[in-house]
Amino acid sequence: MLEIKNLSFGYSKQKVFTDISFEARPGEITAVIGANGAGKSTLLKCVSGLEKASGDIYICGENRKHMPRIKQAEVISFLNQNTDCDAELNVYEVILLGRVQKLGFRVNDEDRAKVEEIMDLLSISQFADRKISELSGGQRQMVFIAQTLIKNPKILILDEPTSALDLNKQFNLMELMKKIVKKRNLTTLITLHHLDMAMKYADRIVVIGNGGLYACGTPEEVMTKRMFREIYKIDSEIYTDEKGDRHLIAYGPTPSKPEFLNASRPCMAPSVLVEEVG
Amino acid sequence: MTEESVTKFEYKTYSGRKTAMLILGIAVCLINFVLNIIIGSSSASIPEILTAIVNPAGVSKLTATIAWTIRIPTSLMSILVGASLGLAGATMQTILNNPLASPYTLGISAGAGVGASIAMLTGLGGLAVIGGIAVPLSAFAFALLACLGIYFISRTKGFTSEIMVLTGIGMVFFFQAIQSFLQYIASSEALQAIVFWTFGSLTKADWTNIPILTVVFVVVFIAIYSQSWKLTALKLGDERAKVLGIDVERLRMMMFILMSLLTATAVAFVGSIGFIGIVGPHIARIVIGEDQRFYLPMSAVCGAAILSLASVATKIIVPGAVFPIGILTAIIGVPFFFALILRKRG
Repeated sequence: MLEIKNLSFGYSKQKVFTDISFEARPGEITAVIGANGAGKSTLLKCVSGLEKASGDIYICGENRKHMPRIKQAEVISFLNQNTDCDAELNVYEVILLGRVQKLGFRVNDEDRAKVEEIMDLLSISQFADRKISELSGGQRQMVFIAQTLIKNPKILILDEPTSALDLNKQFNLMELMKKIVKKRNLTTLITLHHLDMAMKYADRIVVIGNGGLYACGTPEEVMTKRMFREIYKIDSEIYTDEKGDRHLIAYGPTPSKPEFLNASRPCMAPSVLVEEVG
Repeated sequence: MTEESVTKFEYKTYSGRKTAMLILGIAVCLINFVLNIIIGSSSASIPEILTAIVNPAGVSKLTATIAWTIRIPTSLMSILVGASLGLAGATMQTILNNPLASPYTLGISAGAGVGASIAMLTGLGGLAVIGGIAVPLSAFAFALLACLGIYFISRTKGFTSEIMVLTGIGMVFFFQAIQSFLQYIASSEALQAIVFWTFGSLTKADWTNIPILTVVFVVVFIAIYSQSWKLTALKLGDERAKVLGIDVERLRMMMFILMSLLTATAVAFVGSIGFIGIVGPHIARIVIGEDQRFYLPMSAVCGAAILSLASVATKIIVPGAVFPIGILTAIIGVPFFFALILRKRG
């Protein structure tokens, strides 16, 4: 379980977001969405400990502030959206480094078994001996996902894990992640640019906007025409297919700014938003 | 993602190949070490020199003296200094994530040069009592001063690689300016000594400075090597290393201090020998990759192999004269270096 309470972050005088509180549950994918510059990646960095924010983050009931660095690294895995890497290391070695805190001088049978298991799981065994710098962005992204999974974290934080993948691989990866999250009971926080993906695969969605938390709840509660109009400034429809899956149909930018957007809006209760679904 | 693997990657075999490369490198160093001892301008034959090594009483006093006070110390020094500069360069390139970083490019050698020049100019180097140690001591102190400058300025910005590289470049210009000034005001004799020192030479090797450098090298090597997994993770970038639980700033600071101590000790005894600190790690990276468990020792081995080979070459090219080794390492090494880069990139 990941609990975030009153999290605020800013650069000197420039506030990025204030007073964000929500929780992410084990075995679920919690997607963080919002317009460009809303602070989604920053929020994930704060949760993973890469940025210092005010407020509290509880990991399995324990305040992260009181957790030693090594323990934090054991419990939390973070995938950066930047896949650049020019190290002269092959894929096998990069994945192995996910266990850096457990590695002895010699790489033992257990280490090798873990690497091979995760490579098989993500179907990247054929790249094992390839230099990480020689791979495409999408392939590198898969390697770093493998690195985040190899240490069996409790909290998995993925910043745009599908950004460098083609559409087919995006779906494949998200299907796989859904299974892994359920099987390993991982608490997963993920940013997704592709809103259809968020609607399809997230169990809960957190919307960041207007300098704070705009809404949080299930996809049905949060993904509304009103949210898209207010956060993304687009007119849209939410279409439900015969299987019951919901899809976003975006018509284009909102023609004029509605009057109510001029007022600052605090976190909207899902119950308010849900009235507009469909 | 659906392609079938043609052959399964075997990590054990892969690691075994790296170990074999490392052993091969050590063998090359040993060959160079022996060549360095048996090759020289004196009339002593190879069997005589070899006998002098195992049984000094079995040869003439002159031959024994040549072997034990000139050839063996010089040969040992070339291995030790080469290994030190290779290791220091590799550590620096890793912590700064910059293949151009070396003790030479970050101003540490320039600092040592200024220290040596001051000792020579003030006449301390000529004093009988402290003459032997004044120049290396002053060079050591100023090399450390350059490191401290980089350390304290970088500390204000959290030891990022960018600020450390920029500060190092600043140090190069600063110490080069002081060096130029010292040369400008020096007498012709002092100027000659200063210029020769800055070329770098192994001729000052003796049984006093070899144990000092050996101890420093061994201690620093063990301390750096114990962090090899963390250093490998650092190659993935600061952010990824932090997420893996590594205190990046502390690691960078510790490695910088160790590397500074090693570099300052090495250059204090032999002067500025550029290039080894860049090319040694570069060759190591090409042949063995950047798993630091192999890369760090391989960089030391490459540095030792290059410098000891250069020492042999100076004896063959200019027999009977003391030719500054720093000149040769650059003249022969740079084209070789270019060839390696082009072969790799092509």
